[in-house]
Amino acid sequence: MATRITVDPVTRIEGHLRIDCEVNDGKVTNAWSSGQMWRGIELILQGRDPRDAWIFTQRICGVCTTVHAVVSVRAVENALQLEIPMNAQYIRNMIIGAHCVHDHIVHFYHLSALDWVDVVSALGADPAATAKLASTLSEWPRNTVQELTEVQTRLRTLVESGQLGIFANGYWGHPAMKLPPEVNLLAAAHYLQALEYQRKANQIVSILGSKTPHIQNLAVGGVSNPINLDSQSTLSLERLYYIKGLIDELADFVSQVYLVDVAAVGAFYADWTAYGAGVTNYLCVPEMPLDGKGTEFELPGGYITNGDLDTFQPITSFQDTFFENGVAESSKHAWYEGSGALHPYDGETVPEYTDFQDDGKYSWVKAPTFNGVRAQVGPLANVLCMAAAGHEPTQRHLNTVVGTASALAGAEIPLTALHSTIGRHAARAIRCAVIYESLQNQWTLLMENIGSGDYETYNRPTFPKGEQRGFGFHEAPRGVLSHWVVIQDGKIANYQAVVPSTWNAGPRDENDELGPYEASLVGNPVADPELPLEVLRTVHSFDPCLACAIHMVDPRKKEIVRVKAL
Amino acid sequence: MNTEPSRCPVLVLGMGNLLLEDEGLGIRALELLQQRYEFPAGVELLDGGTTGMGLLDDMSRREHLLVLDACQTGDPPGTLVRLAGDEVPVYFDMRISPHQLGLSDVLATLELSGEKPADVIVLGLVPQSLEMSLELSGLIAEQLDTLVGAAVTELERLGYPVESGGS
Repeated sequence: MATRITVDPVTRIEGHLRIDCEVNDGKVTNAWSSGQMWRGIELILQGRDPRDAWIFTQRICGVCTTVHAVVSVRAVENALQLEIPMNAQYIRNMIIGAHCVHDHIVHFYHLSALDWVDVVSALGADPAATAKLASTLSEWPRNTVQELTEVQTRLRTLVESGQLGIFANGYWGHPAMKLPPEVNLLAAAHYLQALEYQRKANQIVSILGSKTPHIQNLAVGGVSNPINLDSQSTLSLERLYYIKGLIDELADFVSQVYLVDVAAVGAFYADWTAYGAGVTNYLCVPEMPLDGKGTEFELPGGYITNGDLDTFQPITSFQDTFFENGVAESSKHAWYEGSGALHPYDGETVPEYTDFQDDGKYSWVKAPTFNGVRAQVGPLANVLCMAAAGHEPTQRHLNTVVGTASALAGAEIPLTALHSTIGRHAARAIRCAVIYESLQNQWTLLMENIGSGDYETYNRPTFPKGEQRGFGFHEAPRGVLSHWVVIQDGKIANYQAVVPSTWNAGPRDENDELGPYEASLVGNPVADPELPLEVLRTVHSFDPCLACAIHMVDPRKKEIVRVKAL
Repeated sequence: MNTEPSRCPVLVLGMGNLLLEDEGLGIRALELLQQRYEFPAGVELLDGGTTGMGLLDDMSRREHLLVLDACQTGDPPGTLVRLAGDEVPVYFDMRISPHQLGLSDVLATLELSGEKPADVIVLGLVPQSLEMSLELSGLIAEQLDTLVGAAVTELERLGYPVESGGS
């Protein structure tokens, strides 16, 4: 018998995402992804000074404020063909890197690990056996009997206090939970330790950005951080070495904990490498620019067709026309007026609300395409493209994770296993390690550049009469983010943001093809329609954040899962 | 190297989305507080925007957390809302605020790590309109002083009286 499941909201974090699935004989046979909030940032920006846009765009999203600020100044600089000083580039790169390390750690441990880790089961673990198991996996010095016992005591206090209700989305005791108690305890201990390390990463963003959660140091043309190695009120030598200390403290957590945990979860849930592939066209953009106008990058980006790494086509610069011309958005199944897929420069944001129509319009998110077809974005796309481009650190960390998981599973796990729900988690950890190395490198590059006597951080923009068009892209933690701006006589005439969650969470497109979330759900098992943990696992593996895809309020709606027989 | 800046026991946290009219009233109230008053040592003011997990560090290890926010309680628009004690989890559970999901995850995480603020108070107004706009609706703009006054009273009650002046 067919059952219809509606999960609303899906996100543990900001944003309203509704997922509908048709389930037949314990498997998802059709799916709809619907953004339940409207976004109109574009309308607020029209007529404003392009130099101020980044201040508003970083208010679009509650999770990644920083990324919308960075990409906005890149878009305006692109329109003006404005180069920025190298110090500004390196400082921005370090903010990008530190933010990303923070974000990936938080996503895995605090926002999605509880889909796989059963905290209640950890109470039954033997801390000594856990420490022994941990010593075979990693050299992490904090996997001690003492620390694991303390964590278990803390968990027991919480469970006995009856306050577990605060983890309202936990599905503990669900039949799809498979980790042994010892692995659950180890993961719970790392959940708590991860809090300390994400904090260090966030501190780097705070120092360079002058403030979090909303950074204040950006400017169209560079950054506003004055560099003076001897002055306390500027970016001094002392502060730069303080940042270096924070970077160094992150190293072991990323390599000895995060990478290992993801490999272990992947090995125990190896069956999940068969689910969740969905759309296997992968799009990402190069990141960590190494020159003032963005023609050289530390991290490669590009496009892969049908999961075949041999089809890799690189995207090589901030001026790349393959990317610029390839993006379009369809409103056929979204609650906006208009027909035909539109390029973002010509994008429109005129609402046309209908009911939720399975075959018609059903989402506030538009459906983006790359050269006419759907593409998945995010860490998996990024890792596959960087590996295809021959990026050595990516290949090294990829081999480590796949090797560790294979050893634990006792069977060779092929690279194709990455096209899956669990593969997206593995890729995020690999990307975290890659970005971490880049963060170290960008710090060194900044120090060397300052050491050469270059203290420049800002090139003043000038706005000519007439129209300029530009785009900026950024490989954000959730994937390709692009802002598109049309400037007329120094004022914003049009502004469109094509965000990662739009690529992944978008509804059916102009050709009625399923979006990445939707396609990835088809074929998923669902053991219990009332507790659709498996659906959440696949959607959460994308790190959904609808706040920036769309934004509107839907107050006092509490329902999370609704099931009806068809 | 000591990586911990000294921690103020009281955090006044403005929450909301400035792009959505009255959704941003918590942050507008925070801005008025900053403009009008001098705050004693031990009180920190922060514009949290719509962030969730990004506030983990800022919300941890506080004695008092005073959240300023738009609150959809079902009361008439402009009504002053004060939630404390047992009502606070209900506030998060009812999703009366659109960014609630993020904040409730932060509180749950801090509960587990043992760093949850000892005392959480939510002060807010029932919003009138949540359209795309940087300005507050007329009614809420008028009522904002009520919320600012309530925050000042709350800080006095906690033993942190403010002084007129401000930056």
